[in-house]
Amino acid sequence: MAEALATKTEQNLVTLTIDDRKVSVAPGTWVVDAAKQAGIDIPVFCYHPKMEPVGMCRMCLVDIGRPLVDRATGQPVLEPDGTPKIQFGAKLETGCTIPVSEGMVVRGYTDKVKAARDEVLEFLLTSHPLDCPICDKGGECPLQNLTMHFGPGESRYIFDEKKRLAKHVPLGELIFLDRERCIQCARCTRFQSEVVDDPVIGFSERGRSLEIITFSEPGFDSYWSGNTTDICPVGALTTTDFRFGARPWELRQVASICTHCPVNCNTTLNTRREAKAGGQQVVKRVMPRQNEWVNEIWICDKGRFAYQYTEAVSRISQPLLRKGGKLEPVSWDEALSAVADKVKKAGSKLVTLAGGRLSNEDYFHIKKLSEKANGLALLYCQMAGGDLVAQVGLGAGSNLGELGAGSAIVVIASDLEEEAPLWWLRVKQAAERGATLIVANPRRTKLDRFARHLLRYAYGEEAAVLHAMLDSFSPKKPDQAESVKKLLRDDALKVAALELTQAENLVVFYGSEGTDLAASNALANAAANLLIATGHVGKPNNGLVAVWDKGNAQGAWDLGLRPGEDLPAQIKEAALLYIVGADPAGDDPALAAAVDGAQFVVVQELALTKTAQAADVVLPAQAFTEREGTYTSGERRVQRFYPAVPAVDGTRADFTITAQIAAALGLKLEEQIGSLAFVPLAAATESYKGLDYGKLAEVTDQWPIVGRADVYYGGTTYDNSQGLGVQLSSAAERGQSPALSFAPLAEPAAIDGLVAVPVSRLYDRGNTILPSKLLSARLEAPQVVLNPEDAESLGLEMGKPAKVTLNGVTTLVTAHIDNSIPKGTVLIPRSLGLAISGPTPVKVAA
Amino acid sequence: MNEILLRHREINNLDQLPIYRQHKGFETFKRAITAMKPEEVTEIVKASGLRGRGGAGFPTGTKWSFIDKNNWPHYVVVNADESEPGTFKDREIMESNPFQFLEGVMLCAYAVSANVAYIYLRGEFWQLAAELDKHIEYLEREGLLGDKLFGSEYTLRIHTHLGAGAYICGEETALLESLEGKLGQPRLRPPFPPNFGLYGKPTVVNNVETLASVPLIVERGAEWYRGFGTEKSPGTKVFSLSGNVEKPGNYELPLGATFRELIFTHGGGIPGGRKIKAIMPAGASSSLIVADDKALDTPMDYESVPSVGAQLGSASIIVIDDSVSMDWLINKTVHFFQHESCGKCTPCREGTYWMRHLTERIHLGAANWNDVILLNEVATNIKGKCLCALGDFATEAVTSSIARFKGDFENKLQAASVDMPAKVGS
Repeated sequence: MAEALATKTEQNLVTLTIDDRKVSVAPGTWVVDAAKQAGIDIPVFCYHPKMEPVGMCRMCLVDIGRPLVDRATGQPVLEPDGTPKIQFGAKLETGCTIPVSEGMVVRGYTDKVKAARDEVLEFLLTSHPLDCPICDKGGECPLQNLTMHFGPGESRYIFDEKKRLAKHVPLGELIFLDRERCIQCARCTRFQSEVVDDPVIGFSERGRSLEIITFSEPGFDSYWSGNTTDICPVGALTTTDFRFGARPWELRQVASICTHCPVNCNTTLNTRREAKAGGQQVVKRVMPRQNEWVNEIWICDKGRFAYQYTEAVSRISQPLLRKGGKLEPVSWDEALSAVADKVKKAGSKLVTLAGGRLSNEDYFHIKKLSEKANGLALLYCQMAGGDLVAQVGLGAGSNLGELGAGSAIVVIASDLEEEAPLWWLRVKQAAERGATLIVANPRRTKLDRFARHLLRYAYGEEAAVLHAMLDSFSPKKPDQAESVKKLLRDDALKVAALELTQAENLVVFYGSEGTDLAASNALANAAANLLIATGHVGKPNNGLVAVWDKGNAQGAWDLGLRPGEDLPAQIKEAALLYIVGADPAGDDPALAAAVDGAQFVVVQELALTKTAQAADVVLPAQAFTEREGTYTSGERRVQRFYPAVPAVDGTRADFTITAQIAAALGLKLEEQIGSLAFVPLAAATESYKGLDYGKLAEVTDQWPIVGRADVYYGGTTYDNSQGLGVQLSSAAERGQSPALSFAPLAEPAAIDGLVAVPVSRLYDRGNTILPSKLLSARLEAPQVVLNPEDAESLGLEMGKPAKVTLNGVTTLVTAHIDNSIPKGTVLIPRSLGLAISGPTPVKVAA
Repeated sequence: MNEILLRHREINNLDQLPIYRQHKGFETFKRAITAMKPEEVTEIVKASGLRGRGGAGFPTGTKWSFIDKNNWPHYVVVNADESEPGTFKDREIMESNPFQFLEGVMLCAYAVSANVAYIYLRGEFWQLAAELDKHIEYLEREGLLGDKLFGSEYTLRIHTHLGAGAYICGEETALLESLEGKLGQPRLRPPFPPNFGLYGKPTVVNNVETLASVPLIVERGAEWYRGFGTEKSPGTKVFSLSGNVEKPGNYELPLGATFRELIFTHGGGIPGGRKIKAIMPAGASSSLIVADDKALDTPMDYESVPSVGAQLGSASIIVIDDSVSMDWLINKTVHFFQHESCGKCTPCREGTYWMRHLTERIHLGAANWNDVILLNEVATNIKGKCLCALGDFATEAVTSSIARFKGDFENKLQAASVDMPAKVGS
């Protein structure tokens, strides 16, 4: 069987000779890629393995020969020694645009090829300023590296004849263009239009005057702009963040994980010692780290530019204890003993509220402490379904990059690019590969244009949509809610549903657009039912994905934390309220009042948030850049992050602090070492069984090849040498067959007048993005979004002020108008100054 | 002779539809639609041996037969970007013999089963485009163009489109990009337009003159057409004659007529009693032929011109007399190509820019022999490495003039010695 399989695969391969080496690759492979796979370098500038070739830079010219075929007989012509006669073309050919063919002979070492490389490089250098000593790219620059290999040693071009061009052209405030350094390879413009569908930059003029321009307002308006600096083969595009910040060879590389969203992109934190940090290491930039199962070689601009919150000046470095109504700095011993006192007395009235961005080790300790005290361990989150994701989530070995024709993807109640950019990209690419994409959302989103089926529904009907889809191909249930019956009359929905049943693979993403906790629960249930009923659970490339609002919400669910169903009441009743990495008081006045109502409040935080200011004890925690740990992504991949910079003096890791509190109850938890804290976690949690830090650090070969020796090829993305993580199995995979569970579908509460619904935005004003100076101009303003008719009747205009009254609080915000949102609905982005947890009556006035 | 393409010189008011119809105009088109299969039209054109008049000389009927019949819709795009310096034939045909041209477009569209044809004109032809629009409207009113023609199921629309002033848009794939509203830069080939053309659909791109030849070929037959010209280059061709010649202009002659016949019999020879020195047979994209007796007696057809070291191209014959020094001439052509390089590929973008500086310095006498050697090397390094033909074209005049008219450069730089360091012109 295995042998037959091998023969079959071999038959499907094309064998050719590159630089006298026999190479077998898949048909359709470009010559440059075939060479790369065999470890042979053919230099390129414009070619990038993640994009279609254009053959512009001419650096990859090689001698290509093909077996000569006798036209009359159709038989190959043989040499006297019996080998096929190879005919080489009169001209060199670009290896990036020629697909391999059987018997092809590629030569990259002939004098003709060497001369061509020298000549192309000489041409490129005639217009290049050669300012490597002051160029940010110096040290990791393809042009610099290839010039060391090829090209003449001295210039034949007269310096005074060089074209002088502007060197500091802002393409918006995030990316700068140096026009002299640009070699017009179009990698950036092609990335923006082909890969991320944000064609906001392009070429202007022609010939030697060809230049990159931006035509968006603000300039280079894209969540992906930073990636162009990675693939730019020269120092033409640089980020404002790293520009003149350091030289690449001075930087340390530390593997990390982005926590801004549930994708958990793999990153490399580049650090360097700086005087401003007293000679200590500081983060100089965030770079993507290759993980083809997660983020490939990309990260979004939020992940790249919003890291400063960990080093904000407002970081607290000493425990604080309320004395005489005022928070006073105290020693750790004093603070911990004050907490120990309360924790012993609180018993089951210990309520722990944890944010969605802590590590798995932190959650495990919180859960252990809570269990010991018989208290409540709550996740500060407005979404439900993490338990269902654990049951019927993506199977181990899933890769969104493998979904294509024959697969189906449903994205419901999510503006995916805003909530999890990399998932948007990978879903978009799956659709381009032929996967059936069904986008269900009440309004227009950027994913729409890639959808085969677009389903519009009214806010509140999200679960009903999935119920109706399920009902359209399964035995009818007579007791369906009215909203489901109405949706069932929609032919588009039925056609889409039928395609799901026929799909080989099905992945369902559900978000939190317009939902509160109860609606989210109903939606997650309906989505799980759809997957179970169509047999798309318990195997790779199938299952449920929650588009969480925080980076490690899935880990929190896996380790037993649950959202509070009536959070204000649960908070108020606490004898000891232990808040870790969450700012409820800052988010919502109602929760602030509830926090005030709790008997004793301990807050464990990086900064003195509103909640911390209201606390009785404040415990300074470490940022993820200062410690080790693991996160679990929405695709249920457990991945490690590593300490990159020294911890702020006086701070402790969250799991350490919790362990020290637990000690008061006689509970012994690991206090120092993350890998040791992970051992009991893995032992106690079924899906994590068998995992350890060693396993999580394992890597395998990935394609395309990237890394420091290959910057000319894949760009400056870091290769992954510190761990690809492990994707957990779902309960369904482990043989626990999930059952259809029909939670009764509540009709959305009827609200008279305008209804405000929450939506999510990437550039909101949350605590992790607000300190990013770089993104400050891009952060959304507090706003409401209305239908044009509603806006007109209320006398509101685009960009003009609007008075919003929500839960008795009136706030002045900006009005936005979107003709795709339903009449009577007002969108209110989360974390943008207005507290909203679900559909709420609202009043808007000019 | 003005037998085919320049018939309007013999027939008054041929640019009036009634007059054109008196001369059997559109009868061929009607017969094709009502009595012929599309493939039959292609077969006649194939048999006639007509070769593309845009410069490459590719057999027209063969090109039409390449169109992918498993991918629809099909398009016909007329290359009326006529931008080669020294070429001015398409303009005369479209201005003065417009209905024959349009009938050619229509026959081509029918032959490849296209329902839409675009005529892409260089931006400066805006008046011409307006005239063509009127003609197209007239044809629609007359029922010669539009829906369900002559009671058949065949529908055809023709649209004109103006370029924005780029020479590169005469390259067929750059033209298609421009027609799609994108930056005019050439595409990779293959795939070729008959497989992947306008909007990614199978497309035939033909030159104006090529299509204007088609109506009489279909009307009178391939054998009749083969009565003109040579075996491998049948038919007639409009030669645009310019430069140091008494009577510049368009001359329709059978392919295979000699340079001597064109320049001296029809063109009236060289003015002012000066001597002919060189010929550029394909406009600015041309190598320079030394105008000796052998060259002058060479037949102007696709096969013979290479024997004297050039290509026939679009047959824009530029005559150069002994008052012209080649350093001046290549400075002109290189300036043109540097200005028109689209910038997509490195050797052309950077190389033409470099050559411009060198030819400028050489022409100003601010160079030495090393610069001539360098210029020749730069040109050689461009050649064969570019994405499209423009880069190669930019080098033809340079390398051929250095090889064949070395004396001109020696005279120019006689004061400068090889050892002298290069000076930059102020």
